[in-house]
Amino acid sequence: MSLNRDQINSIAHLARLSLTDAEIPVYQDSLSKIVDLVGQLEAAQTAGIEPMAHPLPGLAQRMRPDVVTEGDQHELYQRNAPQVEAALYLVPKVIE
Amino acid sequence: MHTFTLAELASKLRAKEFSVTELTKSLLGRIEASQSKLNAFVTVTADSALAQARSADMALASGQAGPLTGLPLAHKDIFCTRGIKTTCGSRMLDNFVSPYDATVVEKLNAAGMVTLGKTNMDEFAMGSSNETSYYGPVKNPWDLALVPGGSSGGSAAAVAARVSPIATATDTGGSIRQPASLCGVTGIKPTYGRVSRYGMIAFASSLDQGGLISQSAEDAAMVLGAMAGFDPRDSTSVDTPVPDYVGTLNAPLAGLKIGLIKEFFDKGLDSNVEKLIRDALKVYEKLGATLVEVKLPALPLSVPTYYVVAPAECSSNLARFDGVRYGHRCENPKDLMDLYKRSRGEGFGAEVKRRIMVGTYVLSAGYFDAYYLKAQRVRQLINQDFRRAFDEVDVLIGPTAPDVAFAIGAKASDPIQMYLNDIYTIGANLAGVPAISIPCGFVRGLPVGMQIAGPHFAEGKLLNVAHAYQKETDWHRQMPAAFKPEKLS
Repeated sequence: MSLNRDQINSIAHLARLSLTDAEIPVYQDSLSKIVDLVGQLEAAQTAGIEPMAHPLPGLAQRMRPDVVTEGDQHELYQRNAPQVEAALYLVPKVIE
Repeated sequence: MHTFTLAELASKLRAKEFSVTELTKSLLGRIEASQSKLNAFVTVTADSALAQARSADMALASGQAGPLTGLPLAHKDIFCTRGIKTTCGSRMLDNFVSPYDATVVEKLNAAGMVTLGKTNMDEFAMGSSNETSYYGPVKNPWDLALVPGGSSGGSAAAVAARVSPIATATDTGGSIRQPASLCGVTGIKPTYGRVSRYGMIAFASSLDQGGLISQSAEDAAMVLGAMAGFDPRDSTSVDTPVPDYVGTLNAPLAGLKIGLIKEFFDKGLDSNVEKLIRDALKVYEKLGATLVEVKLPALPLSVPTYYVVAPAECSSNLARFDGVRYGHRCENPKDLMDLYKRSRGEGFGAEVKRRIMVGTYVLSAGYFDAYYLKAQRVRQLINQDFRRAFDEVDVLIGPTAPDVAFAIGAKASDPIQMYLNDIYTIGANLAGVPAISIPCGFVRGLPVGMQIAGPHFAEGKLLNVAHAYQKETDWHRQMPAAFKPEKLS
Protein backbone atom coordinates (compact mmCIF):
# COMPACT_ATOMS: atom_id res chain seq x y z
CA MET A 1 0.00 0.00 0.00
CA SER A 2 1.27 3.42 -0.91
CA LEU A 3 0.61 6.56 1.11
CA ASN A 4 0.33 9.80 -0.84
CA ARG A 5 1.66 13.24 -0.05
CA ASP A 6 -1.65 14.46 1.37
CA GLN A 7 -1.90 11.49 3.71
CA ILE A 8 1.62 12.16 5.04
CA ASN A 9 0.73 15.82 5.58
CA SER A 10 -2.45 14.87 7.37
CA ILE A 11 -0.68 12.34 9.64
CA ALA A 12 2.02 14.92 10.41
CA HIS A 13 -0.66 17.46 11.30
CA LEU A 14 -2.41 15.00 13.64
CA ALA A 15 0.98 14.28 15.25
CA ARG A 16 1.76 18.02 15.49
CA LEU A 17 4.98 17.67 13.49
CA SER A 18 6.21 20.20 10.95
CA LEU A 19 7.92 18.47 8.03
CA THR A 20 10.16 20.03 5.42
CA ASP A 21 9.39 19.47 1.72
CA ALA A 22 12.41 17.21 1.52
CA GLU A 23 11.16 15.00 4.36
CA ILE A 24 7.75 14.26 2.82
CA PRO A 25 8.84 11.83 0.04
CA VAL A 26 11.18 10.07 2.50
CA TYR A 27 8.30 9.41 4.90
CA GLN A 28 5.97 8.53 2.04
CA ASP A 29 8.39 5.79 1.06
CA SER A 30 9.22 4.44 4.53
CA LEU A 31 5.71 4.69 6.00
CA SER A 32 4.33 2.84 2.97
CA LYS A 33 6.86 0.05 3.54
CA ILE A 34 6.02 -0.12 7.26
CA VAL A 35 2.28 -0.27 6.49
CA ASP A 36 3.07 -3.19 4.16
CA LEU A 37 5.09 -4.88 6.91
CA VAL A 38 2.31 -4.60 9.47
CA GLY A 39 -0.15 -5.71 6.80
CA GLN A 40 1.18 -9.25 7.40
CA LEU A 41 -1.02 -9.30 10.49
CA GLU A 42 -4.13 -9.42 8.33
CA ALA A 43 -3.60 -13.10 7.57
CA ALA A 44 -3.41 -14.13 11.25
CA GLN A 45 -6.39 -16.12 12.57
CA THR A 46 -7.57 -14.11 15.56
CA ALA A 47 -11.29 -14.90 15.78
CA GLY A 48 -12.31 -15.16 19.45
CA ILE A 49 -8.89 -13.97 20.71
CA GLU A 50 -9.02 -11.29 23.40
CA PRO A 51 -6.83 -8.25 22.60
CA MET A 52 -3.87 -8.13 25.00
CA ALA A 53 -3.27 -4.72 26.51
CA HIS A 54 -1.04 -5.74 29.42
CA PRO A 55 1.87 -8.19 29.21
CA LEU A 56 1.15 -9.72 32.62
CA PRO A 57 -2.26 -11.38 32.35
CA GLY A 58 -4.48 -11.33 35.38
CA LEU A 59 -2.86 -8.35 37.01
CA ALA A 60 -5.28 -5.49 37.41
CA GLN A 61 -4.14 -1.89 37.33
CA ARG A 62 -3.45 -0.73 40.86
CA MET A 63 -5.36 2.17 42.41
CA ARG A 64 -4.14 4.46 45.17
CA PRO A 65 -5.96 6.74 47.61
CA ASP A 66 -6.68 10.15 46.09
CA VAL A 67 -4.42 12.15 48.40
CA VAL A 68 -1.63 14.65 47.82
CA THR A 69 1.74 12.91 47.96
CA GLU A 70 4.03 15.57 46.47
CA GLY A 71 4.91 19.00 47.80
CA ASP A 72 4.90 22.14 45.65
CA GLN A 73 8.16 22.23 43.67
CA HIS A 74 7.12 24.46 40.79
CA GLU A 75 10.29 26.55 40.91
CA LEU A 76 12.43 23.46 40.52
CA TYR A 77 10.27 22.10 37.69
CA GLN A 78 9.99 25.40 35.87
CA ARG A 79 13.76 25.73 35.65
CA ASN A 80 13.45 23.52 32.57
CA ALA A 81 10.71 25.61 30.97
CA PRO A 82 11.52 27.67 27.87
CA GLN A 83 9.55 30.71 29.10
CA VAL A 84 8.05 31.36 32.53
CA GLU A 85 6.59 34.46 34.14
CA ALA A 86 4.99 34.75 37.59
CA ALA A 87 5.15 30.94 37.90
CA LEU A 88 3.15 30.58 34.66
CA TYR A 89 4.28 28.87 31.47
CA LEU A 90 4.22 31.37 28.62
CA VAL A 91 2.94 30.50 25.14
CA PRO A 92 1.98 32.68 22.16
CA LYS A 93 -1.34 34.47 22.54
CA VAL A 94 -4.20 31.96 22.07
CA ILE A 95 -7.24 34.27 22.31
CA GLU A 96 -7.28 37.55 20.39
CA MET B 1 41.96 -2.62 37.70
CA HIS B 2 39.50 -2.13 34.85
CA THR B 3 39.43 -5.65 33.46
CA PHE B 4 37.95 -6.97 36.68
CA THR B 5 34.33 -7.94 36.95
CA LEU B 6 32.12 -6.26 39.52
CA ALA B 7 32.37 -9.32 41.76
CA GLU B 8 36.18 -9.17 41.63
CA LEU B 9 36.21 -5.40 42.21
CA ALA B 10 34.02 -5.83 45.30
CA SER B 11 36.49 -8.26 46.90
CA LYS B 12 39.55 -6.20 45.91
CA LEU B 13 38.06 -3.05 47.43
CA ARG B 14 37.51 -4.95 50.65
CA ALA B 15 41.06 -6.36 50.53
CA LYS B 16 42.23 -2.72 50.17
CA GLU B 17 44.16 -3.46 46.97
CA PHE B 18 42.94 -0.05 45.84
CA SER B 19 40.42 2.51 47.05
CA VAL B 20 37.10 3.45 45.45
CA THR B 21 38.59 6.87 44.70
CA GLU B 22 41.55 5.29 42.87
CA LEU B 23 39.25 3.00 40.95
CA THR B 24 36.91 5.87 40.03
CA LYS B 25 39.77 8.11 38.88
CA SER B 26 41.20 5.31 36.78
CA LEU B 27 37.84 4.65 35.08
CA LEU B 28 37.17 8.37 34.53
CA GLY B 29 40.57 8.51 32.82
CA ARG B 30 39.66 5.56 30.61
CA ILE B 31 36.30 7.11 29.74
CA GLU B 32 38.02 10.33 28.70
CA ALA B 33 40.66 8.47 26.68
CA SER B 34 38.02 6.34 24.92
CA GLN B 35 35.42 9.03 24.25
CA SER B 36 36.84 10.24 20.92
CA LYS B 37 36.93 6.61 19.70
CA LEU B 38 33.64 5.25 21.08
CA ASN B 39 31.38 8.25 21.79
CA ALA B 40 29.80 6.03 24.45
CA PHE B 41 28.94 8.86 26.84
CA VAL B 42 26.69 11.90 26.56
CA THR B 43 27.68 13.27 29.99
CA VAL B 44 30.54 12.31 32.30
CA THR B 45 29.82 13.12 35.95
CA ALA B 46 33.39 13.28 37.26
CA ASP B 47 32.79 15.61 40.23
CA SER B 48 29.76 13.81 41.64
CA ALA B 49 31.45 10.44 40.95
CA LEU B 50 34.48 11.45 43.03
CA ALA B 51 32.21 12.72 45.82
CA GLN B 52 30.32 9.40 45.81
CA ALA B 53 33.67 7.58 45.77
CA ARG B 54 34.87 9.45 48.86
CA SER B 55 31.67 8.53 50.75
CA ALA B 56 32.08 4.93 49.66
CA ASP B 57 35.68 4.86 50.87
CA MET B 58 34.54 6.17 54.24
CA ALA B 59 31.75 3.59 54.42
CA LEU B 60 34.20 0.80 53.61
CA ALA B 61 36.70 2.07 56.20
CA SER B 62 34.07 2.29 58.94
CA GLY B 63 32.48 -1.07 58.22
CA GLN B 64 29.21 0.52 57.01
CA ALA B 65 29.51 -0.80 53.47
CA GLY B 66 26.91 -2.92 51.69
CA PRO B 67 27.69 -5.44 48.95
CA LEU B 68 27.58 -2.79 46.18
CA THR B 69 29.30 0.06 48.03
CA GLY B 70 31.91 1.76 45.86
CA LEU B 71 31.19 -0.21 42.70
CA PRO B 72 31.11 2.12 39.68
CA LEU B 73 28.48 2.10 36.98
CA ALA B 74 27.11 4.19 34.13
CA HIS B 75 23.44 4.97 33.54
CA LYS B 76 21.80 4.94 30.15
CA ASP B 77 20.77 8.53 29.45
CA ILE B 78 17.11 7.49 29.52
CA PHE B 79 17.14 7.34 33.35
CA CYS B 80 16.44 10.67 35.02
CA THR B 81 19.28 11.82 37.26
CA ARG B 82 18.63 14.73 39.59
CA GLY B 83 20.68 17.81 38.76
CA ILE B 84 22.32 16.04 35.81
CA LYS B 85 21.46 16.52 32.16
CA THR B 86 19.13 13.72 30.96
CA THR B 87 18.80 13.82 27.17
CA CYS B 88 17.41 10.45 26.02
CA GLY B 89 19.71 10.95 23.02
CA SER B 90 17.48 13.71 21.68
CA ARG B 91 17.83 17.35 20.71
CA MET B 92 14.40 17.70 22.33
CA LEU B 93 15.97 17.17 25.78
CA ASP B 94 19.42 18.61 25.05
CA ASN B 95 18.81 21.28 27.72
CA PHE B 96 16.87 19.11 30.21
CA VAL B 97 18.29 18.83 33.73
CA SER B 98 16.15 16.35 35.58
CA PRO B 99 14.57 17.64 38.80
CA TYR B 100 14.35 14.11 40.24
CA ASP B 101 16.01 10.69 40.21
CA ALA B 102 14.54 7.62 38.54
CA THR B 103 13.76 4.90 41.09
CA VAL B 104 16.55 2.78 39.59
CA VAL B 105 19.05 5.61 40.08
CA GLU B 106 17.78 6.33 43.58
CA LYS B 107 18.11 2.67 44.60
CA LEU B 108 21.61 2.21 43.19
CA ASN B 109 22.77 5.50 44.74
CA ALA B 110 21.39 4.31 48.07
CA ALA B 111 23.30 1.03 47.62
CA GLY B 112 26.50 3.10 47.46
CA MET B 113 27.30 2.68 43.78
CA VAL B 114 29.31 5.39 42.00
CA THR B 115 27.77 6.95 38.87
CA LEU B 116 30.48 7.63 36.26
CA GLY B 117 28.17 9.25 33.72
CA LYS B 118 25.29 8.91 31.28
CA THR B 119 25.62 6.69 28.23
CA ASN B 120 24.72 7.52 24.65
CA MET B 121 21.73 5.80 23.07
CA ASP B 122 19.43 5.82 20.08
CA GLU B 123 17.08 8.79 20.32
CA PHE B 124 14.25 7.94 22.75
CA ALA B 125 15.54 4.33 22.57
CA MET B 126 14.26 4.00 18.99
CA GLY B 127 16.91 2.23 16.97
CA SER B 128 19.06 -0.88 16.74
CA SER B 129 22.40 0.70 15.82
CA ASN B 130 22.83 3.84 17.94
CA GLU B 131 22.88 5.89 14.76
CA THR B 132 19.72 7.83 15.64
CA SER B 133 21.32 9.63 18.62
CA TYR B 134 21.45 13.44 18.41
CA TYR B 135 24.95 13.09 19.86
CA GLY B 136 26.27 10.97 17.00
CA PRO B 137 26.71 7.22 16.66
CA VAL B 138 28.46 5.06 19.25
CA LYS B 139 31.21 2.87 17.77
CA ASN B 140 31.65 -0.83 18.42
CA PRO B 141 34.83 -1.36 20.50
CA TRP B 142 35.63 -4.54 18.50
CA ASP B 143 35.79 -2.53 15.27
CA LEU B 144 35.24 1.21 15.27
CA ALA B 145 33.72 1.14 11.76
CA LEU B 146 30.82 -0.97 13.06
CA VAL B 147 27.69 -0.20 15.06
CA PRO B 148 27.46 -1.38 18.70
CA GLY B 149 23.75 -2.22 18.27
CA GLY B 150 21.03 -0.27 20.00
CA SER B 151 19.35 1.33 21.56
CA SER B 152 21.59 0.81 24.63
CA GLY B 153 24.71 1.04 22.45
CA GLY B 154 26.59 3.40 24.75
CA SER B 155 26.07 1.12 27.75
CA ALA B 156 27.14 -1.96 25.74
CA ALA B 157 30.23 -0.26 24.25
CA ALA B 158 31.27 1.13 27.66
CA VAL B 159 31.11 -2.29 29.31
CA ALA B 160 32.74 -4.08 26.35
CA ALA B 161 35.66 -1.61 26.37
CA ARG B 162 35.83 -1.94 30.20
CA VAL B 163 35.53 1.80 30.73
CA SER B 164 32.60 1.05 33.05
CA PRO B 165 32.30 -2.35 34.77
CA ILE B 166 28.49 -2.39 34.40
CA ALA B 167 25.76 -0.10 33.06
CA THR B 168 22.01 0.25 33.28
CA ALA B 169 20.04 -0.14 30.06
CA THR B 170 16.47 -0.49 28.84
CA ASP B 171 14.81 -2.90 26.44
CA THR B 172 11.56 -2.31 24.51
CA GLY B 173 12.20 -4.67 21.59
CA GLY B 174 15.76 -5.88 22.15
CA SER B 175 17.61 -2.71 23.19
CA ILE B 176 19.57 -4.46 25.95
CA ARG B 177 20.10 -7.88 24.39
CA GLN B 178 20.96 -6.95 20.78
CA PRO B 179 23.75 -4.46 21.68
CA ALA B 180 25.02 -6.92 24.33
CA SER B 181 25.22 -9.53 21.56
CA LEU B 182 26.98 -7.20 19.10
CA CYS B 183 29.49 -5.98 21.73
CA GLY B 184 30.26 -9.36 23.37
CA VAL B 185 28.82 -8.61 26.80
CA THR B 186 25.99 -9.89 29.02
CA GLY B 187 22.59 -8.13 28.90
CA ILE B 188 19.48 -8.95 30.91
CA LYS B 189 15.95 -7.71 30.26
CA PRO B 190 13.89 -8.62 33.32
CA THR B 191 10.19 -9.48 33.40
CA TYR B 192 7.88 -6.58 32.58
CA GLY B 193 7.10 -4.87 35.89
CA ARG B 194 10.13 -6.28 37.74
CA VAL B 195 12.18 -3.05 37.62
CA SER B 196 10.48 0.31 38.20
CA ARG B 197 9.86 2.48 35.14
CA TYR B 198 9.51 5.62 37.28
CA GLY B 199 11.88 8.23 35.89
CA MET B 200 12.75 6.02 32.92
CA ILE B 201 11.70 8.15 29.95
CA ALA B 202 8.79 6.31 28.32
CA PHE B 203 8.86 4.95 24.77
CA ALA B 204 6.28 2.12 24.69
CA SER B 205 4.88 1.67 28.17
CA SER B 206 3.55 -1.89 27.81
CA LEU B 207 6.96 -3.09 26.56
CA ASP B 208 9.65 -0.93 28.23
CA GLN B 209 11.73 -2.59 30.91
CA GLY B 210 14.93 -1.53 32.68
CA GLY B 211 17.83 -3.92 33.04
CA LEU B 212 21.60 -4.24 32.92
CA ILE B 213 24.55 -4.68 30.62
CA SER B 214 27.42 -6.35 32.44
CA GLN B 215 30.55 -8.46 32.00
CA SER B 216 28.95 -11.55 33.48
CA ALA B 217 25.72 -13.05 34.75
CA GLU B 218 27.18 -12.98 38.27
CA ASP B 219 27.66 -9.19 38.05
CA ALA B 220 24.12 -8.75 36.74
CA ALA B 221 22.78 -10.84 39.64
CA MET B 222 24.55 -8.60 42.18
CA VAL B 223 23.03 -5.39 40.85
CA LEU B 224 19.62 -6.65 39.71
CA GLY B 225 18.77 -7.62 43.28
CA ALA B 226 19.22 -3.99 44.35
CA MET B 227 17.53 -2.53 41.30
CA ALA B 228 14.37 -4.66 41.12
CA GLY B 229 11.32 -4.53 43.34
CA PHE B 230 7.94 -2.96 43.88
CA ASP B 231 7.60 0.78 43.38
CA PRO B 232 4.28 2.48 44.16
CA ARG B 233 5.28 5.29 41.76
CA ASP B 234 5.12 2.92 38.76
CA SER B 235 1.53 1.80 38.22
CA THR B 236 2.60 -1.43 36.48
CA SER B 237 5.32 -2.34 38.98
CA VAL B 238 4.63 -5.81 40.35
CA ASP B 239 4.46 -6.37 44.09
CA THR B 240 6.39 -9.65 44.26
CA PRO B 241 9.40 -10.19 46.53
CA VAL B 242 12.85 -9.99 44.88
CA PRO B 243 14.60 -13.34 45.29
CA ASP B 244 18.30 -13.72 46.13
CA TYR B 245 19.70 -13.84 42.59
CA VAL B 246 23.31 -14.31 43.78
CA GLY B 247 22.30 -17.16 46.09
CA THR B 248 20.89 -19.29 43.26
CA LEU B 249 23.69 -18.66 40.72
CA ASN B 250 25.34 -22.00 41.35
CA ALA B 251 22.28 -24.26 41.42
CA PRO B 252 22.97 -27.45 39.44
CA LEU B 253 21.50 -27.69 35.94
CA ALA B 254 20.85 -31.45 36.00
CA GLY B 255 17.37 -32.08 34.62
CA LEU B 256 17.07 -28.64 33.02
CA LYS B 257 14.80 -28.75 29.98
CA ILE B 258 15.90 -26.39 27.21
CA GLY B 259 13.50 -25.53 24.41
CA LEU B 260 14.77 -24.71 20.94
CA ILE B 261 12.34 -22.52 19.03
CA LYS B 262 11.78 -24.31 15.73
CA GLU B 263 10.82 -21.08 13.94
CA PHE B 264 14.18 -19.48 14.88
CA PHE B 265 16.36 -22.32 13.62
CA ASP B 266 14.30 -22.87 10.48
CA LYS B 267 15.39 -20.03 8.24
CA GLY B 268 17.21 -16.72 8.08
CA LEU B 269 19.77 -17.65 10.72
CA ASP B 270 23.41 -17.22 9.71
CA SER B 271 25.04 -20.69 9.62
CA ASN B 272 28.11 -19.49 11.56
CA VAL B 273 25.91 -18.06 14.31
CA GLU B 274 23.87 -21.28 14.37
CA LYS B 275 27.01 -23.38 14.82
CA LEU B 276 28.05 -21.37 17.87
CA ILE B 277 24.59 -21.75 19.42
CA ARG B 278 24.69 -25.52 18.77
CA ASP B 279 28.16 -25.67 20.40
CA ALA B 280 26.81 -23.83 23.45
CA LEU B 281 23.90 -26.27 23.66
CA LYS B 282 26.43 -29.13 23.84
CA VAL B 283 27.94 -27.46 26.92
CA TYR B 284 24.49 -27.48 28.51
CA GLU B 285 23.94 -31.12 27.61
CA LYS B 286 27.23 -31.93 29.32
CA LEU B 287 25.91 -30.13 32.42
CA GLY B 288 22.86 -32.41 32.48
CA ALA B 289 20.32 -30.45 30.43
CA THR B 290 18.07 -31.99 27.80
CA LEU B 291 17.02 -30.34 24.54
CA VAL B 292 13.46 -30.26 23.22
CA GLU B 293 12.22 -28.66 20.03
CA VAL B 294 9.24 -26.37 20.63
CA LYS B 295 6.94 -24.59 18.21
CA LEU B 296 5.80 -20.99 18.65
CA PRO B 297 3.74 -20.60 15.47
CA ALA B 298 2.66 -16.98 16.05
CA LEU B 299 6.18 -15.80 16.88
CA PRO B 300 7.18 -15.00 13.27
CA LEU B 301 4.54 -12.24 13.46
CA SER B 302 6.32 -10.52 16.34
CA VAL B 303 8.02 -7.85 14.18
CA PRO B 304 4.82 -6.63 12.48
CA THR B 305 2.94 -6.82 15.82
CA TYR B 306 5.64 -4.74 17.48
CA TYR B 307 5.61 -2.13 14.72
CA VAL B 308 1.96 -1.45 15.48
CA VAL B 309 2.02 -1.63 19.28
CA ALA B 310 5.32 0.21 19.92
CA PRO B 311 4.72 3.19 17.57
CA ALA B 312 1.13 3.51 18.85
CA GLU B 313 2.35 3.80 22.43
CA CYS B 314 5.26 6.01 21.35
CA SER B 315 3.01 8.50 19.55
CA SER B 316 0.93 8.80 22.68
CA ASN B 317 3.88 8.99 25.14
CA LEU B 318 5.81 11.53 23.09
CA ALA B 319 2.81 13.84 22.85
CA ARG B 320 4.07 15.30 26.15
CA PHE B 321 6.90 17.08 24.33
CA ASP B 322 5.07 20.25 23.42
CA GLY B 323 7.74 22.97 23.72
CA VAL B 324 5.84 24.50 26.64
CA ARG B 325 6.92 22.96 29.94
CA TYR B 326 10.38 21.60 29.12
CA GLY B 327 12.46 20.57 26.15
CA HIS B 328 13.19 22.26 22.85
CA ARG B 329 11.14 25.28 21.75
CA CYS B 330 11.35 26.75 18.26
CA GLU B 331 12.30 30.40 17.68
CA ASN B 332 9.54 33.01 17.22
CA PRO B 333 6.41 30.81 17.10
CA LYS B 334 3.61 32.67 15.37
CA ASP B 335 0.86 30.86 17.26
CA LEU B 336 0.40 27.87 19.56
CA MET B 337 0.00 25.37 16.69
CA ASP B 338 3.20 26.67 15.09
CA LEU B 339 4.96 26.35 18.44
CA TYR B 340 3.90 22.70 18.82
CA LYS B 341 4.67 21.71 15.25
CA ARG B 342 8.02 23.39 14.81
CA SER B 343 9.29 22.59 18.32
CA ARG B 344 8.51 18.91 17.69
CA GLY B 345 9.64 18.96 14.06
CA GLU B 346 13.01 20.43 15.06
CA GLY B 347 13.42 18.65 18.41
CA PHE B 348 12.82 15.09 17.17
CA GLY B 349 15.10 13.23 14.77
CA ALA B 350 14.02 11.35 11.64
CA GLU B 351 13.40 7.93 13.20
CA VAL B 352 11.43 9.29 16.15
CA LYS B 353 9.23 11.30 13.79
CA ARG B 354 8.75 8.20 11.67
CA ARG B 355 7.54 6.15 14.62
CA ILE B 356 5.29 8.92 15.93
CA MET B 357 3.68 9.10 12.49
CA VAL B 358 3.27 5.30 12.20
CA GLY B 359 1.63 5.34 15.64
CA THR B 360 -0.60 8.23 14.75
CA TYR B 361 -1.66 6.44 11.56
CA VAL B 362 -2.50 3.08 13.17
CA LEU B 363 -4.48 4.78 15.94
CA SER B 364 -6.38 7.12 13.64
CA ALA B 365 -10.11 6.82 12.99
CA GLY B 366 -10.90 4.03 10.56
CA TYR B 367 -7.61 2.17 11.09
CA PHE B 368 -7.70 1.44 14.82
CA ASP B 369 -9.46 -1.94 14.56
CA ALA B 370 -7.54 -3.11 11.52
CA TYR B 371 -4.13 -2.36 12.96
CA TYR B 372 -4.09 -1.73 16.68
CA LEU B 373 -6.75 -4.16 17.89
CA LYS B 374 -5.53 -6.77 15.41
CA ALA B 375 -1.97 -6.40 16.72
CA GLN B 376 -3.18 -6.75 20.30
CA ARG B 377 -4.92 -10.00 19.36
CA VAL B 378 -1.79 -11.35 17.68
CA ARG B 379 0.17 -10.26 20.75
CA GLN B 380 -2.17 -12.50 22.76
CA LEU B 381 -1.39 -15.42 20.43
CA ILE B 382 2.36 -14.84 20.87
CA ASN B 383 1.88 -14.68 24.63
CA GLN B 384 -0.03 -17.99 24.53
CA ASP B 385 2.79 -19.53 22.47
CA PHE B 386 5.31 -18.61 25.17
CA ARG B 387 3.05 -19.87 27.97
CA ARG B 388 2.56 -23.24 26.23
CA ALA B 389 6.32 -23.50 25.62
CA PHE B 390 7.08 -22.86 29.29
CA ASP B 391 4.63 -25.59 30.30
CA GLU B 392 7.02 -27.94 28.51
CA VAL B 393 10.48 -26.47 29.12
CA ASP B 394 12.34 -24.38 31.72
CA VAL B 395 14.09 -22.00 29.34
CA LEU B 396 14.25 -21.25 25.62
CA ILE B 397 17.68 -20.87 24.02
CA GLY B 398 18.51 -19.45 20.61
CA PRO B 399 20.32 -16.63 18.87
CA THR B 400 20.02 -13.02 20.09
CA ALA B 401 20.63 -11.33 16.74
CA PRO B 402 20.59 -12.66 13.17
CA ASP B 403 24.24 -11.74 12.57
CA VAL B 404 27.29 -9.97 14.01
CA ALA B 405 27.72 -6.17 14.09
CA PHE B 406 27.27 -4.36 10.76
CA ALA B 407 28.92 -1.25 9.34
CA ILE B 408 27.82 2.22 10.44
CA GLY B 409 25.52 3.48 7.68
CA ALA B 410 24.83 0.05 6.18
CA LYS B 411 21.16 -0.13 7.21
CA ALA B 412 20.50 3.50 8.08
CA SER B 413 18.45 4.26 4.97
CA ASP B 414 16.21 1.19 5.15
CA PRO B 415 14.07 1.12 8.30
CA ILE B 416 12.67 -2.35 7.57
CA GLN B 417 16.16 -3.90 7.39
CA MET B 418 16.98 -2.15 10.66
CA TYR B 419 13.79 -3.42 12.33
CA LEU B 420 14.61 -7.02 11.39
CA ASN B 421 17.67 -6.90 13.70
CA ASP B 422 15.26 -7.46 16.55
CA ILE B 423 13.48 -10.46 15.03
CA TYR B 424 14.65 -12.81 17.85
CA THR B 425 14.28 -10.39 20.75
CA ILE B 426 10.90 -8.71 20.28
CA GLY B 427 8.85 -11.76 21.30
CA ALA B 428 10.04 -11.53 24.91
CA ASN B 429 8.86 -7.91 25.14
CA LEU B 430 5.45 -8.70 23.67
CA ALA B 431 4.99 -11.56 26.15
CA GLY B 432 6.62 -9.64 29.03
CA VAL B 433 9.00 -12.52 29.80
CA PRO B 434 12.62 -12.10 30.94
CA ALA B 435 15.56 -12.87 28.66
CA ILE B 436 19.33 -12.61 28.81
CA SER B 437 21.99 -12.46 26.10
CA ILE B 438 25.46 -13.86 26.82
CA PRO B 439 28.53 -14.10 24.57
CA CYS B 440 29.02 -17.56 23.02
CA GLY B 441 31.86 -17.10 20.51
CA PHE B 442 33.08 -15.12 17.54
CA VAL B 443 32.37 -15.00 13.81
CA ARG B 444 34.94 -13.13 11.69
CA GLY B 445 36.48 -11.79 14.92
CA LEU B 446 33.17 -10.30 16.10
CA PRO B 447 31.17 -11.41 19.12
CA VAL B 448 27.97 -13.46 18.90
CA GLY B 449 25.33 -13.61 21.61
CA MET B 450 23.07 -16.44 22.73
CA GLN B 451 19.65 -15.62 24.13
CA ILE B 452 18.09 -17.45 27.08
CA ALA B 453 14.44 -16.66 27.84
CA GLY B 454 12.31 -17.89 30.74
CA PRO B 455 8.80 -17.62 32.15
CA HIS B 456 7.66 -14.50 34.04
CA PHE B 457 9.83 -13.74 37.07
CA ALA B 458 12.41 -16.46 36.23
CA GLU B 459 15.36 -14.01 36.31
CA GLY B 460 17.04 -16.17 38.96
CA LYS B 461 16.86 -19.22 36.70
CA LEU B 462 18.17 -17.27 33.68
CA LEU B 463 21.14 -15.92 35.67
CA ASN B 464 21.81 -19.42 37.01
CA VAL B 465 21.74 -20.95 33.50
CA ALA B 466 23.92 -18.15 32.10
CA HIS B 467 26.39 -18.34 34.99
CA ALA B 468 26.75 -22.12 34.55
CA TYR B 469 27.84 -21.53 30.94
CA GLN B 470 30.21 -18.72 31.93
CA LYS B 471 31.90 -21.04 34.45
CA GLU B 472 32.58 -23.51 31.62
CA THR B 473 33.69 -20.99 28.97
CA ASP B 474 35.61 -17.73 28.80
CA TRP B 475 33.87 -15.92 25.93
CA HIS B 476 32.60 -13.32 28.40
CA ARG B 477 36.17 -12.59 29.53
CA GLN B 478 37.33 -11.64 26.02
CA MET B 479 37.81 -7.94 25.49
CA PRO B 480 38.66 -5.84 22.43
CA ALA B 481 42.46 -5.50 22.02
CA ALA B 482 42.39 -1.75 21.41
CA PHE B 483 40.95 -1.14 24.89
CA LYS B 484 43.25 -3.39 26.93
CA PRO B 485 44.90 -1.56 29.83
CA GLU B 486 48.26 -1.14 28.07
CA LYS B 487 46.50 0.43 25.05
CA LEU B 488 44.16 2.79 26.88
CA SER B 489 45.20 4.25 30.21
